[in-house]
Amino acid sequence: MFKSKLLRQLPLHLMIAPSFILVLIFSYGPIAGLVIAFQKFSIVKGMFGSPFVGWDNFDYMFKLPDIWQVVRNTVGIAVMKIAAGLAVPILVALLLNELRKQVFKRWIQTIIYLPHFLSWIILGGVLIDILSPTAGIVNQFLGIFGIKPIFFLGSVQWFPGVVVISDVWKEFGFSTIVYLAALAGINPALYEAAVIDGANRWKQTLHITLPGIVPIIVLLATLSLGNVLNAGFDQIFNLYSPVVYESGDIIDTLVYRLGLEQAQYSLATAVGLIKSVVSIVLISGSYYLAYRFANYRIF
Amino acid sequence: MNITSLSGRIFNIGNSIFLLLLAFLCLFPLINILAVSLSSSTAASAGEVSLWPVDFTWQSYHFVMQKPEFLKSLGISVERVLLGTTLNMLLTIMLAYPLSKESSAFKGRLFYVWFFVLTMLVSGGLIPWYLVIQKLHLLGTIGALILPGAVNVFNAVLLLNFYRGLPRELEEAAFVDGAGYWKILWSIYVPLSMPAIATLILFSMVGHWNSWFDGLILMNSPDKYPLQSYMQTVVINRDLSLVSMADANSLGDISDRTLKSAQIFLAALPIICVYPFLQRFFIKGVVVGSVKE
Repeated sequence: MFKSKLLRQLPLHLMIAPSFILVLIFSYGPIAGLVIAFQKFSIVKGMFGSPFVGWDNFDYMFKLPDIWQVVRNTVGIAVMKIAAGLAVPILVALLLNELRKQVFKRWIQTIIYLPHFLSWIILGGVLIDILSPTAGIVNQFLGIFGIKPIFFLGSVQWFPGVVVISDVWKEFGFSTIVYLAALAGINPALYEAAVIDGANRWKQTLHITLPGIVPIIVLLATLSLGNVLNAGFDQIFNLYSPVVYESGDIIDTLVYRLGLEQAQYSLATAVGLIKSVVSIVLISGSYYLAYRFANYRIF
Repeated sequence: MNITSLSGRIFNIGNSIFLLLLAFLCLFPLINILAVSLSSSTAASAGEVSLWPVDFTWQSYHFVMQKPEFLKSLGISVERVLLGTTLNMLLTIMLAYPLSKESSAFKGRLFYVWFFVLTMLVSGGLIPWYLVIQKLHLLGTIGALILPGAVNVFNAVLLLNFYRGLPRELEEAAFVDGAGYWKILWSIYVPLSMPAIATLILFSMVGHWNSWFDGLILMNSPDKYPLQSYMQTVVINRDLSLVSMADANSLGDISDRTLKSAQIFLAALPIICVYPFLQRFFIKGVVVGSVKE
């Protein structure tokens, strides 16, 4: 009694089937739906009935008055976030690594990881409150030094800075985990040898600790290239207002307003599609670089 | 052996103080919000509150806990977390098992792997995603909140790596004893993977609790919003139609600001409560996902 291989493995296919169907609908469905970027889409006529208009939506998109400003904002904010999001966690991980008391170190870690787990709704609410020009604690504090209240979230100059700093504040603690893991992997014998050779702690950091984590730094820096067009929708959507569109409007928020507020479905999809294509090129490029320079493979 | 130079000791002290300050900076905004929520409206609007409540009062919490909109959205959030996490875990457990097999032992594995992994790289974007859900008539139903994100490929990859770490002899012995794939998955793999599954359960719960955007755009009317989407409208967007009359004519010791602070703190509270458990697990999970040897 030998059943055929296919029949014997049927349970394995059945286990995958529900996930397969859901992914087919909710991931591949929208990918197929990208055709509406080339249509004059209307809800009534649907995807199959709407007329094709070629590249019209893309032409129109590049003629939008704010489009280049939005691209500049997106790249500007994203690049600042990437740079600060690399530098701060490395520094903090190095400092944490120098702590001698393990209990103290664990306490600090526990506290600085916390903001990562709160949503931008909660943190947005917190930021709006503490940055408020009337009774917010930050302006109260600045008032001690005679600084007049600043409307941080309503000022074109301040907005990008607030976005970058608050993002670093939320994520820096959690980002140290990877570096701390790399630091824990450094061979202790290297430090012992360095001590015998007369190296002090600064020299040890410079010649053993830093070179020990350079590979992971290079890897994460390369991989973050894929995020150059991701300035953080969740955060900006909850902090911005029309007053700061000039410096705070990004591609993702523009897509949201065009598509879901103004119901210009085809145009919004076209903008999103261009962003995805550029992102995929950047991601593939960064994975290729990571593979070349850090010998990293995802799969 | 423990000879520390003077400069070394100064560095140690300075470093400890700096890191303490940093940790304080992470907690301070939350403590401030908590203090404001427990203060009287006059103290809050005068900006007198920093770390400790001024004119301590529970009024804001009393008010929020009686607010029907808040309680309703809280109920929807709880429903979503329970249903969504259950579905997530069932699918992840079943998806990871076949994919953890060697390609030679499971015909078709390679096709499935590419099918799922590709979705991590390519997506249709916001508008087509919205239109698909609309087309399926899911708008305004709980299905819109749990079905589109039900399959988490990243979690499945984490779990399949854990499955692979289990000794294969167990499965072979079970086969000899006449067990099938289903039996092996539920009686051997799942019990043995409980540490990994517990981690994923916590991640999934936190993810569902924190989601707000899907609720905002998919639920049609505010009375179906989960808590975080509801918060988006009252705390952040200040949609006046949702601020009930009682909010506007705040009485006695409560004001718009103390009420908002109380709601923010209540929405963060479940995360703070599961955090100690989460924290024990997640370091492992993150490191497995991000660093490969």
